[in-house]
Amino acid sequence: MDSKTDTSEEFAGDSTEAGGSQDALKRAMAASTSATAAAPEDTDGGPVAVEIADLNFFYGDFHAVTDVSLRFRTNEVTALIGPSGCGKSTVLRTINRMNDLIPGTRADGRVLFNGKNVYDDDVDPVEIRRRIGMVFQKPNPFPKSIYDNITWGARINGYKGDYDELVENSLRRAALWDEVKDKLRQNALRLSGGQQQRLCIARTIAVEPEIILMDEPASALDPISTSKIEDLIFELKERFTIIIVTHNMQQAGRISDKTAFFMVNDKRSGYLVEWGKTRELFFNPKDERTEAYISGRFG
Amino acid sequence: MSESKANSTEFKHKIKVHEEIIRVMLFASAAASILITVGIVVILGRESIPFFADPRVTFREFFGSTRWQPQIEAFGVWPLVTATMMTSGIAMLVAGPIGLFVAIYLSEYATQRVRSWLKPVLEILSGIPTVVYGYFALTFMTPLLRSIFGNDIVEIYNTGSAGLVIGVLIIPLVSSLAEDALSAVPVSLREAAYGLGGTKMETALRVVLPAAISGIAASFIVALSRAVGETMIVSLAAGAGPNFTFNPFRAAETITGHIVRISGGDIGYDTLDYNSVFALGLLLFLITLTLNMISRRIVTKYREVYE
Repeated sequence: MDSKTDTSEEFAGDSTEAGGSQDALKRAMAASTSATAAAPEDTDGGPVAVEIADLNFFYGDFHAVTDVSLRFRTNEVTALIGPSGCGKSTVLRTINRMNDLIPGTRADGRVLFNGKNVYDDDVDPVEIRRRIGMVFQKPNPFPKSIYDNITWGARINGYKGDYDELVENSLRRAALWDEVKDKLRQNALRLSGGQQQRLCIARTIAVEPEIILMDEPASALDPISTSKIEDLIFELKERFTIIIVTHNMQQAGRISDKTAFFMVNDKRSGYLVEWGKTRELFFNPKDERTEAYISGRFG
Repeated sequence: MSESKANSTEFKHKIKVHEEIIRVMLFASAAASILITVGIVVILGRESIPFFADPRVTFREFFGSTRWQPQIEAFGVWPLVTATMMTSGIAMLVAGPIGLFVAIYLSEYATQRVRSWLKPVLEILSGIPTVVYGYFALTFMTPLLRSIFGNDIVEIYNTGSAGLVIGVLIIPLVSSLAEDALSAVPVSLREAAYGLGGTKMETALRVVLPAAISGIAASFIVALSRAVGETMIVSLAAGAGPNFTFNPFRAAETITGHIVRISGGDIGYDTLDYNSVFALGLLLFLITLTLNMISRRIVTKYREVYE
């Protein structure tokens, strides 16, 4: 992303988005009809990969997320930050419909992936999840060999190419190849936590998704492993669009291009306070709650 | 009062009588179950000594011959063992797949509501008295087999019918233990599979099932040892005479069935017949003990340790 010729108007547009759901709706409608066309005031970066429009999310009767509208651009890293319970993980998991697996949940609003609402009736969540990969908070390799972990996704998707090549390429791209190339048949659970997490990333990129969702991928890891994961994320954005939930403000500052800040309202429902370029949001937040959170006064 | 307590250095143990009583009672219960088991083994062992010590019996014959005819003093155990293998093998052919399918359904597919009535129903299945199962085998399963395969092929007493019904009896054993194993697989693994674009079936069969394989194998072995020891169904439906055959449509007598028939008849104390019952009991015990030990081995050796 070298087209960083953004203007301040763009940010004005972005930061009012949380409140201006009417605007968001219009933009969402524009996006849904004309694929990835960006709204006029939002001229920064590449094409829109995912657009969330007026998202409300419910766990049974509990209104967990209120009126979130947000846009993610191709080959950017967007960080979702905010205090515990602010719904950032829930929002992340609506993007690949991972929340479908929890009974009694319901999403209102739209999540447009390449302009198509993933919650439309004719959309198969399995296909969405293949194209929008996910890395979880705790490393969760399958209790299989390193090799089989990488090939699992490719196998179920009927990959026809050379599996050895796929394994090597995926592990190289996840910066894990040199550490495991001599023990590909070893059980993945014998790797260290940081290696396991990089294996999970390798496994995700092996199915060539367009977007990778990361739900606090380094929170269970030590500082050295964390920094390896961060370096990796920085490299991966060359090929993938990355959306990452993190508790760690410094991490968001280091790795992300855009940041979205969420908070919890008095009904314990999460909402978006503001979002925009990470540097702007950190050094020049529009909302005093953002400033308070970032400067560590709460959360 | 609180002041004096705060400065007190009285940290000595206080002997609480009721705590001690409960502890002793719990220990006694645990000890009793072990002592009873030991007692059974000792009696089985002691009572089988006269049988093997008898000059008319040799180990070689016992484990080498395919003829068990106490009337003519032929004591080759194989006909009883093969009949036991037939009934329990057929039972496992029924209970293995069905029990496993039920377990997968309960753990991966069923909603909470379905689960809440299906599990009690399965438990009822294992609560039916085995004598009822025995007559079910004799008066339903055997006629059914005879109508399918023909009366001249299927004998009135046959190991197939008994085996099929034992299979029904042990389905709940497989399904409940296997379901425990499947449910113990962390949700995070399922999420990983779904996150890679796995369907429900791919997730269940290619991630959850392999991850639970040690528990599933253990459930099979526990069910198998139950089938080997099952007595009432085989003594009613399998046949009343040793028969060295692998034909499931022919009558044959299992180890347990033979023990029941011999001890139910009028045999004299300390006869060779009488003593043979204990030898057979010991053999049966050793078979199930071995199976249980294998199952424990599998569980501890192949269990995946997730953090």
